[in-house]
Amino acid sequence: MPERELTFAQAVREALAEEMRRDSRVCVIGEDVAEAGTPFKVLSGLVEEFGAKRVVDTPISEAGFTGVAVGAAMTGLRPVVDIMFGDFITLTMDQMVNQAAKAHYMSGGHWKVPMVMRTTLGATRRSAAQHSQSLHAWFSHVPGLKVVLPSTPYDAKGLLKTAIRDENPVVFFEDKMMYKLKGPVPEDDYTIPLGVADVKRGGDDITLVATSSMVQIALGAAIRLEKEGVSAEVIDPRTTWPLDEKTLIDSARKTSRVIVLDEGYGRYGVTAELAAVIAEGAFYDLDAPVKRMGAMHVPIPFSPPLEDVTVPTEQTVFDAAIRLCGKN
Amino acid sequence: MTTATSKHHAGHDPSAETEKEKWLHAYRQMVSIRLFEEQVNEVYTRALMPGLAHLYSGEEGVAVGICEALRVDDYITSTHRGHGHCLAKGASPDRMFAELLGKEAGYCRGKGGSMHIADPATGNLGANAIVGGSVGIATGAAFSAKTLGTDRVAVCFFGEGALGQGSLYEVMNLAQLWKLPVIYVCENNLYNEYTHYQETTAGTILGRATAFGLEATTVDGQDVRAVNEVASRLVERARRGDGPAFLQCDTYRYGGHHVGDINREYYRSKQEEHLWKTDRDPILGLANWLMDRGHADAAYFDRIRDEVRAIMEAAVKFAIAAPYPSVDEVEKHVYA
Repeated sequence: MPERELTFAQAVREALAEEMRRDSRVCVIGEDVAEAGTPFKVLSGLVEEFGAKRVVDTPISEAGFTGVAVGAAMTGLRPVVDIMFGDFITLTMDQMVNQAAKAHYMSGGHWKVPMVMRTTLGATRRSAAQHSQSLHAWFSHVPGLKVVLPSTPYDAKGLLKTAIRDENPVVFFEDKMMYKLKGPVPEDDYTIPLGVADVKRGGDDITLVATSSMVQIALGAAIRLEKEGVSAEVIDPRTTWPLDEKTLIDSARKTSRVIVLDEGYGRYGVTAELAAVIAEGAFYDLDAPVKRMGAMHVPIPFSPPLEDVTVPTEQTVFDAAIRLCGKN
Repeated sequence: MTTATSKHHAGHDPSAETEKEKWLHAYRQMVSIRLFEEQVNEVYTRALMPGLAHLYSGEEGVAVGICEALRVDDYITSTHRGHGHCLAKGASPDRMFAELLGKEAGYCRGKGGSMHIADPATGNLGANAIVGGSVGIATGAAFSAKTLGTDRVAVCFFGEGALGQGSLYEVMNLAQLWKLPVIYVCENNLYNEYTHYQETTAGTILGRATAFGLEATTVDGQDVRAVNEVASRLVERARRGDGPAFLQCDTYRYGGHHVGDINREYYRSKQEEHLWKTDRDPILGLANWLMDRGHADAAYFDRIRDEVRAIMEAAVKFAIAAPYPSVDEVEKHVYA
């Protein structure tokens, strides 16, 4: 029998539905999550199955309902909040950074905050500077939070189920451009542990470490590189925290050349951290400095030809890899 | 109240007896807070306490009046000026002092300190050092209570300084839309740190809550009986499922914003401070009422103060002698 395929959005929805069936404490809170199913239609059908008490529409009050989720998580529920665009996490920062992330530590381990924040990232949707950012580095910086970046429908389902079962606040970033991407997703109740990288493609000459939206870019570049006789390994950390440092370092030591790709801003971002981890762990095996590729240090512009140059593409990754391998 | 069943004797009016015991208990609770804070001031000025100390002295009628209307399993969230809330909800002074000194025996194993005491056993979700930072948490606890079908109530304590935070208005809107069992208790001690609230607050305080349709009322926070009466009504109302409320308690902070805030005349006068301490002290007020009713005399109050002072001194000794957490604790409890 052929493997069942789902879109990324369907995989997210299936994970939520399965967890809501398994555990009556799981509820969804956010703007237009019920009948509307979010503007991306990721949650369509949930309110029909679980009712408005567990799929809760809110006013446009990101700080307010995120705070409510923190308190609800501390007192017996397992809320999954929906922040429609990743740009809006700025409105939730005090609740996530000063409240959710710290309640367990500040209370000496007494209170727990088992909540998930689902939100989005990714440019090239012609949505301009306030609906296109990839701000996952911000949460990755904060002790007490876990940050998940699925890159396939399979990973989305398995990682989201794990995130919901986690006893800590977990932020789950979904690439808006990936919602329609199809891939095999088992009907089983499977989970994927947080902090375990996945080798998306084996290779010997160069390692492309890529997160979220950049995994497909890296895989596309790898196919083109193969035609030039360059064998690229593509590693997806899947979570920025916890971080599977060993898999990244092992791959770097094997191939001796590394490009780190992430759609967040390049400056002070995820690529900087991953590159530092690799440089520290594989320094004596590297044949070239670790190359970082992220979003340009500009607000994401609206005009399509401008927007398209702000993020790494298959072509720019291919070109960088060729240069790093000394092939040009 | 647990006293109701055990004290019925022939010839006594049980309700009068219960009332007497209730207010004697409230008196003791207020004295506990006052003397706890006296010890904090002492320990702090002797440089035994690291960090900051924000004293609750003068506001005891609010915490005690409210918490005496709550069950032990009801929730509270507290503030940087939170020692009074903790004690009124049932925390023990020795573990509180241990926390204030950063010791392992503290409520948070020394990791929270004065501004972050949390105690699940008494429903204390934690004190918060972000002004208005707990409004979401308290509302979320009420959301849980409603969703899970418990009849718990959540009380959110905050100072009038939190009226400047937008998140308060977001959660009051949510609480009213969803009829959540939460009571927002605004302790108006007149000063946002070093600035009179009238310089920071347009319109009226209650108008902010009534705009969302919340049941909203004002009470003299220096009258613990009045606070308790209105709080009991609002708590029962919330417990019944009739929704959230907002209670403005007018009160006064006897000391500075924190212990080190000594020269205060640039923002308030010594006469003003004197007037509140002599004419409107919540402990004196209740003592006078108890004496008028013949429930207690001066000797009784002296004895209570001596007893409580001994408890507080013992608590300080316990905390000073208690060990710090081992350094390998530093990475524990980052994640559950």
